Amino acid sequence: MKKELLSSLLLTLVCIIFFCVVYTGIVYIIALIGPNKGEGEKIATKNGKYYYANLAQSFSADKYFWSRPSAVGYNAAGSGGSNKGPNNPDYLADVQKRIDSFMAHNPDVKKSDVPSDLITASGSGLDPDISIQGAIVQIPRIAKIRGLSQEAVKELVSKHIDKPLLGFLGPEKVNVLKLNIDLDNLK
Amino acid sequence: MNAELLGVIVMFVATLLLSVPLGRYIAKVYAGDRIWTDVIFNPVEKLFFKLSRINPTKEMTWKQSLTAMLTINMIWLLWAMFCLTNQSWLPWNPDHNPSQTPDQAFNTAVSFVVNCNLQDYSGETGATYFSQVFALMFLQFASAGTGMAAAAAVFNGLKERTTDKLGNFYNYFIKSCIRILLPICILIATIHAFNGTPMTLKGMDTITTMQGDTVHVSTGPVAAFVAIKHLGTNGGGYYGANSAHPLENPNYFTNMVQMIAQILIPFAMVFAMGFYLRRKKLAWVIWTVMTIGFLLLVIPTVISEVNGNPQIAKMGVMQPNGNMEGKEVRFSSYATAFWSIATTVISTGSVNGMHDSFMPISGMNMLLGMMVNSFYGGVGVGFLNFFVYLIIAVFIGGLMVGRTPEFLGKKVEAKEMKIASIVALLHPFLILVFTALACYFASHNTNMGWWFTDASGKHGASGWLNNPSYHGFSEMLYQYTSCSANNGSGFEGLADNNPFWNITAAIVLLFSRFLPIIGPVAIAGILAQKKFIPESGGTLKTDTGTFGLLILAVKVIIAALAFFPALALGPLAEFFGMK
Repeated sequence: MKKELLSSLLLTLVCIIFFCVVYTGIVYIIALIGPNKGEGEKIATKNGKYYYANLAQSFSADKYFWSRPSAVGYNAAGSGGSNKGPNNPDYLADVQKRIDSFMAHNPDVKKSDVPSDLITASGSGLDPDISIQGAIVQIPRIAKIRGLSQEAVKELVSKHIDKPLLGFLGPEKVNVLKLNIDLDNLK
Repeated sequence: MNAELLGVIVMFVATLLLSVPLGRYIAKVYAGDRIWTDVIFNPVEKLFFKLSRINPTKEMTWKQSLTAMLTINMIWLLWAMFCLTNQSWLPWNPDHNPSQTPDQAFNTAVSFVVNCNLQDYSGETGATYFSQVFALMFLQFASAGTGMAAAAAVFNGLKERTTDKLGNFYNYFIKSCIRILLPICILIATIHAFNGTPMTLKGMDTITTMQGDTVHVSTGPVAAFVAIKHLGTNGGGYYGANSAHPLENPNYFTNMVQMIAQILIPFAMVFAMGFYLRRKKLAWVIWTVMTIGFLLLVIPTVISEVNGNPQIAKMGVMQPNGNMEGKEVRFSSYATAFWSIATTVISTGSVNGMHDSFMPISGMNMLLGMMVNSFYGGVGVGFLNFFVYLIIAVFIGGLMVGRTPEFLGKKVEAKEMKIASIVALLHPFLILVFTALACYFASHNTNMGWWFTDASGKHGASGWLNNPSYHGFSEMLYQYTSCSANNGSGFEGLADNNPFWNITAAIVLLFSRFLPIIGPVAIAGILAQKKFIPESGGTLKTDTGTFGLLILAVKVIIAALAFFPALALGPLAEFFGMK
């Protein structure tokens, strides 16, 4: 038993050094060689700052494409979903409110064209993407407020559609942040 | 065929194609055969044995193996408790996170030791870089290695010979960690680092958004963590949102890699058994039974998620992507629904969508996956759980056709059956008794005193539910099922970070981890000592389709009889209430 305890203690120590220091160190060094030095995908802005391409930002202004609703207020230091059940009356009331608000801001859109991803909270609260339909229904609003033609905005959206992996695996989507950056650049 | 469905099918097929060669490799590692990787790993391994004064050739009896396993697990538990309760002053705390409370640290330490990774804290605020790496990630390696070592000992006990030795536990443990987990982890971590998962020690970043808001961004050594989290079927996320978080799981490709990583070893262990014991046909029978069970759960789940929520359809909007509450656009309903069942039939418990917001039928299938707990199952222990059902099926089958129950040339007798029955019944016992207890408190809104305080400072037990009615019941049922299956996913709406849930969950975790390891290892040890009887015309054949069906029937009967009433009160009632 005594020998068992000593061996276990020593083995634990060796494992901690090996798996926590050596393994982590190897991955750390590999990441340094990789893009962005292991700090996540960043997008540089004109004023020398940067955004995280994969983190949704809160877009509440009518002139921008909106991200999906977030249960945690787009808090990138405290992610999470609503965890509301599909039949929960409070949850359904929230969704109804989001639909009403969306319709009020987008009067030119038919309700039956609004996709559910725009009115339901994402799993992380930081979902950077919306569906293609989610971008299309926002086009009339954006075009109107920016004084652009709907065709011009539509063309921009179609440029931002991310194709499925290898062209045939998984869904298509639109990254809201990248779309909005290019929208600001559109004249 | 649409791209989203195809993505899911490719994930499954790719896992199978990778797991057969990996199974052959694992069998060679445990048998001690020479492999091409010896050049790198032999010196590392020798160093391990030398520094920890272990003689890997000294064989152990099943009792010695279990003593070694329990001793080292005890040390790990204390180490993790120490890290978590002192993390505020330990190094590597750039975000200045506080230490965990004793009950929370107890829950966290236990759940990482037992390979469950139930997380009553949120990674961004509840753990420091030091704790994440030196306590949690360390345990993700160690607990996976423990499960695999136990399975290796069982493989050894099933060989065609008579002995009282099952090999050396430490040897199996170290080999599992170094030769199997480590190299694959480095590969997975690299893929993640190159796809936008952070791997940095810089601490929290602050950015200004396009609309001018200031946002703090949690980063950290995520890539290293995510790799072993899935490969070891641990499932504890670096971030609170787990693999739904866009930094932890940035795109569809990383999602596929994580998905394959978590099913890979559970598949491969079955094939490893086949190669190790030269019973390839038995391995395929076992794999097929597991896969039938998996498909029976995953197909209805995908359908119900893709069809969306009828309550939202009533509001007049379209649901082209299905039920999107708690899901991410980059994965779609198909991949998220597939993941939810894969993560529950295996004991990973990582999530890429919030299970609490899934449709009732999906919730029921996740629960069933954990209730059966051996349609694949966790690394190592999945095979052990299946082994228990196998012994029961051998016994029942033997009695039905009037033959002596035998498995791989060894007689199965009363003692082994008693152990198998206790292990099989422990699981429903733990789940149902504790759920009943929690339900009693919640339905009477009992004043829980210091055991529970909700956000507004009240002590009423009903405050721990995030959803009313049947779904609230499901939240409690899910929590204990997840604990007893050592899964770690949750209906996260449940307010579980308080002494009541932390402590009761930890108790369930400890029992449900170690008894189901002790039981099968003991059975294997007892069987190994028995005289080997060569196969004859009177032997009940265990590698046939008929026997496979019998195992499936045994599982379904045990699970259905034990859990149907509880499921009827939770997800089924919710489902029928929705129409």
